[in-house]
Amino acid sequence: MSVSLKELSKLEPRYTEGHRLCAGCAEPIIARQVLMATNKPIVVSNATGCFEVSSTVYPFTSWTVPWIHSAFENAAPTITGVESAYVALKRKGKITDDIRFVSFGGDGATYDIGFQALSGAIERGHRFMYVCLNNEAYMNTGIQRSGATGRGAQTTTCPAGSCIPGKREYPKDLTRIVIAHDIPYAAQASPHNYRDLMEKARKGFDANGPAFLNVIAPCPRGWRHDSSKTVEMAKLAVETCVWPLYEYENGKYSLTGESKRIAEGAKEKRPVSDWLKAQGRFGHLMKPQWSSIAEEIQHNIDKRWNELLKLCQI
Amino acid sequence: MAEQLVCNGDQAIAYSWKQVNPDVVAAYPITPQTIIVENFSEFVANGEVSTEYVCAESEHSAMSICIGSSAAGARVATATASAGLAFMWEVLWIASAMRLPIVMSVANRALSGPINIHCDHSDAMGARDAGWVQLFGENVQEAYDDSLMSFKIAENMKVRLPVMNCIDGFIITHALEKFLPMEDDEVKRYVGEFKPIRPLLDWKNPTTYGPFTGTDYYFEHKYQIVEAMREAKNVVKDTLQEFGRLTGRKYDMIEGYHLEDADYVVMAIGSTAGTLRYVVDQLRAEGKKVGSLKLRLFRPFPSAEVAKALEGKKAVAIMDRAISMGSTGPMFPEVCASLYNSKDRPRLCNYIYGLGGRDVRPQELAGVFDQLINGTCKEMNFMGVRI
Ligand SMILES: Cc1ncc(C[n+]2csc(CCOP(=O)(O)OP(=O)(O)O)c2C)c(N)n1
Repeated sequence: MSVSLKELSKLEPRYTEGHRLCAGCAEPIIARQVLMATNKPIVVSNATGCFEVSSTVYPFTSWTVPWIHSAFENAAPTITGVESAYVALKRKGKITDDIRFVSFGGDGATYDIGFQALSGAIERGHRFMYVCLNNEAYMNTGIQRSGATGRGAQTTTCPAGSCIPGKREYPKDLTRIVIAHDIPYAAQASPHNYRDLMEKARKGFDANGPAFLNVIAPCPRGWRHDSSKTVEMAKLAVETCVWPLYEYENGKYSLTGESKRIAEGAKEKRPVSDWLKAQGRFGHLMKPQWSSIAEEIQHNIDKRWNELLKLCQI
Repeated sequence: MAEQLVCNGDQAIAYSWKQVNPDVVAAYPITPQTIIVENFSEFVANGEVSTEYVCAESEHSAMSICIGSSAAGARVATATASAGLAFMWEVLWIASAMRLPIVMSVANRALSGPINIHCDHSDAMGARDAGWVQLFGENVQEAYDDSLMSFKIAENMKVRLPVMNCIDGFIITHALEKFLPMEDDEVKRYVGEFKPIRPLLDWKNPTTYGPFTGTDYYFEHKYQIVEAMREAKNVVKDTLQEFGRLTGRKYDMIEGYHLEDADYVVMAIGSTAGTLRYVVDQLRAEGKKVGSLKLRLFRPFPSAEVAKALEGKKAVAIMDRAISMGSTGPMFPEVCASLYNSKDRPRLCNYIYGLGGRDVRPQELAGVFDQLINGTCKEMNFMGVRI
């Protein structure tokens, strides 16, 4: 997409001022990028979570497009209901506009409680894009573990103690689970590379069926980094291959952005210790007692990266 | 005049949906409701309706889809029962809070555990506080009629709340009966064109549905549902009367049988009301001054009408096909409360009966009348249970 920042800044905002998200939250950055990726009318559904509670504190709303929040676990079926109404009313000639549908959900809403509903909606082939704002924990309820939380991370339900070093499990690879549905378009993205993210969102909006966008969303509160470091943190996730940028389109995997350059040897793959050191949630891993954990995490990242390279036929 | 049909209650409801031709139907199978969505899927498959038919992966999603569709501006219907309704519980409240006129048929069935597929009202009663209008039909004809009227009630501008039309599992859902449908074009005229309010698909006038609301406004939102429910009572009454004028079938929120001069009354919801009339006839033939009262509308509860109907009676038995554990049946306290300020209150007793589809025999109901007459009924009674 050859859209310059100057041109983008002239667009009518679809998600606008007045929201109550924390300073440094990645979620509004991502949402703005996604919403700018199409000029078609959009209807949005939102799962319960930080992004929802902060953007519509009644009687105010930060949304200038039609928006619906129903519950925590049902952003996908709620928007597919909207899409079904659209299909029906179009068939009956009551609607002629070309409208797009998008859902936003946190990682808890997506990886955990809403996963069945998301899977069902994708399997049924509704035309909508689901965007996971992945801050790797339940942040809205005060930083508890989710299926997206990384191994070794501290949360309030997997604290680091003298016996247990934070979360025991690796995050589940939801993007690939979603891809296993034979979805027309899926991708992982990061807000630091807005061109890449917006291009993926555009493809998602234009896909002739369900699309899925999993976006890393650093959370200064939950990750324990300075509010000014959000975009840097997202970049670090990509540079360490903790969060590879790739897409799945027409049955083909391909790396994009920095991940592509790392795979091609044009960019350095940074060690995961850079990632761990940058965030308070991993602080305990720096103690000698847990030195092996960082190694295990590195090993797991390398394994997943190599698998991805194979899928991308590199 | 349409031809008389013979079918079961589920088929009758599917038939009513075919005539209404909703924009969206979202569905998930559960006995004894399944026939509704199966039958309807055939109408879809054969192009007899232009509905967008969504087979959800759960009841929770089916109701979520209904919420999305209805907010988007579609006329929407679904059906469920038992565990399915329980699984929807969270989202039922959201449907009413958004003032969405969703129509849902509920084939009443017991809740687990142990798992049981047969009739009682535990499912619907568990949803009684969720802000849905709740109608209970007695037979196949009423299953069909209630289904049609549900659209009119839900979409009435004074109401704009979701409506649940309930029928007894197996007793009505699966038993074949004769019934008289309306003509297709008559139904079309009756339900009319659907007029959505602030639909999501009207993107030029964007609306925010389901915002976060703190202590400063939440109460006011709930109060609006209270008001809508209050209005719903009159709307239901008018809708029933209008339907009567249209079809010659006389319905009301409560329907008495030999009530005026009765001293002893048994009150029930659903199919048991029919059996009760049969028993009343038998006992009347024996010269006993008995009558029965059928409650068709459970939410909003027609307190004043119930009080008026029962004032001055000697004793009344309230038959509940569900129980609130640790308390009484759900209808009993409603009737007690309705009569509390009456000058001439009857003695009230509660009968829990028919849980998990336990048979309800005429002689057992005659026994309830006997106990009322000879004063042996206690405040709480469990009809037919081996204690
Ligand atoms: C059924 C249900 N269970 C639990 C909650 C409480 N709850 C609200 S938001 C939330 C966490 C949201 O986390 P996530 O989806 O990761 O989004 P985030 O706020 O971190 O962006 C939880 C547990 C709820 N609203 N509904």
